[in-house]
Amino acid sequence: MTPAFTTVPTASVSSLALQIAGLDLRLGRGAQSRAVLSAISLSVARGEQVAIIGPSGAGKTSLLRLAATALRGDGALQVLGQDPWQLASNKRQALRRAIGLVHQAPPLPASQRVITAVLAGRLGHWSLAQSLLSLWRPADPAGAFRCLQQLDLGERLYDRCGELSGGQLQRVGIARVLYQQPELVLADEPVSALDPVLAARALEVLQADCRARGATLIASLHAVELALQRFPRVIGLRDGRIVFDGTPADLDAERLQQLYAGDDVATLPVPSALSVNAVAAGCPT
Amino acid sequence: MKAGNRTTANTAATVMAHDRAPARRLLVVLLALLLLWPLFAATDFSLRGLLQADSWRAIAAFLRDFARPDVQAEFLQLTALAMAQTLAIATLGLVAALVLALPLAVLTTRTLSISLLGPAPRCDYCRAGRALVRAAAMLLRSLPELIWALLFVRLFGLGPAAAIAAIAVSYGGMLAKVYADISESGALEPARALLIAGAGRRQTLFYGVWPSVRDELLSYTVYRWECALRASVIMGFVGAGGLGQQLELSLRMLNGHEAATLLLAFMLLVLAADALSALLRWSLRA
Repeated sequence: MTPAFTTVPTASVSSLALQIAGLDLRLGRGAQSRAVLSAISLSVARGEQVAIIGPSGAGKTSLLRLAATALRGDGALQVLGQDPWQLASNKRQALRRAIGLVHQAPPLPASQRVITAVLAGRLGHWSLAQSLLSLWRPADPAGAFRCLQQLDLGERLYDRCGELSGGQLQRVGIARVLYQQPELVLADEPVSALDPVLAARALEVLQADCRARGATLIASLHAVELALQRFPRVIGLRDGRIVFDGTPADLDAERLQQLYAGDDVATLPVPSALSVNAVAAGCPT
Repeated sequence: MKAGNRTTANTAATVMAHDRAPARRLLVVLLALLLLWPLFAATDFSLRGLLQADSWRAIAAFLRDFARPDVQAEFLQLTALAMAQTLAIATLGLVAALVLALPLAVLTTRTLSISLLGPAPRCDYCRAGRALVRAAAMLLRSLPELIWALLFVRLFGLGPAAAIAAIAVSYGGMLAKVYADISESGALEPARALLIAGAGRRQTLFYGVWPSVRDELLSYTVYRWECALRASVIMGFVGAGGLGQQLELSLRMLNGHEAATLLLAFMLLVLAADALSALLRWSLRA
């Protein structure tokens, strides 16, 4: 039923953070369903940092949600060396603890406090008793503060999520994943609501954290220049297919033109001279 | 130019002749009447009583008594006691309904389903379990509280216990469905974000669902408490205690003075509940 993996010559399976072979995804039911991803094959090694670019509607979000086990397609998928859909439910939840998804618009309850939203990142590691106690008195305010402070949000620790702007909420979403400390970080347009300076800074925090922990980062970005500047590997998606997979140097103007052909919002200019201070990684104790 | 004008005039006439809406509206009205007539006939509706002088005299005497409510200390004390009982029935009944509804809602809501993520390979036996609980909740709310009260009066005997049990059961089923619906409309995304980060269902309930739906849930529950207050009066008529039972006695004796006092007490209670729930909802919003 699921196609077998072709043997991977250079690396053993366990050294891969993500492996996808001949994967299709259709969304919707019956006659209404449409192909969102087609024949996706992709390997990402542990510790790698990959940017996904492509016009809107190309399937970037779906690809990330697929890797995050939030969606299930037809084809072979291994996340951190395991096929999530072959696992028993409790084993799958254990695998999900090691995967962090940064949502483009983080779904955070408006009445929840920022500190709770960040600490929720480690629920998978906490016992039920500890989680409930933390609702009474936050279990690790220092850890949550450190994660938020890296994104200049430290002072909003005890505010409610509903009082924050879209850009601030997006950074709370990043802080939650920083606090979660997953082995695989999947970021869906993590900085789309931030101004260019803040965007580069937030991205640097995320990248430095992954680098320091040896975690893998896959981020979709609509700001092409940000992707080309900051990532050693870029994957181009168009109409649900991978049309480019290589270094930024290989992605010349012509190929970029092809990738975004017919799309008006192609390359968004990003200030080139950004001074981003290196940030200490690993906020939770 | 001339020809053009004529064409325009012709076109205008044709276009205006094409208004099919009035005909459609007439059809809808006729259809509605056609459907309503059998219902009307089926209820045996008749105005004959209105034309008889006796019925007018009786109701007039009764209403005259209404103008002078019974304010004797003894009866006022009885009324106060009945009011307190009605309030207690509604509140206890609703608390019991809450205890019943919360687990049912948590078990049936799709918001907390881990197997729906993906979706995972089908878990037939989780689905069967969920369907079973959903059917149980549906069974509870399918009978109105009055019917439950009649059943429970047989079981517990006359008195408030029957009314409390009736509210608990019928409102429990109702709240379970509404709570599950509220969580599916308001907490799906926050809950799923936690579940795909490896959180458990119970953790997700407290970190994803509760903060998302808290206000709506409390506001709906307070509204239901108001309804329970009204319902407990009605259930008094079948012997389940409170204001309703007193009202039924007074009405049967055609004692307008007493009935007036009791009705005033009931209105007071409902107005107070109304004000309280408005206050609660206002404080939730603030």
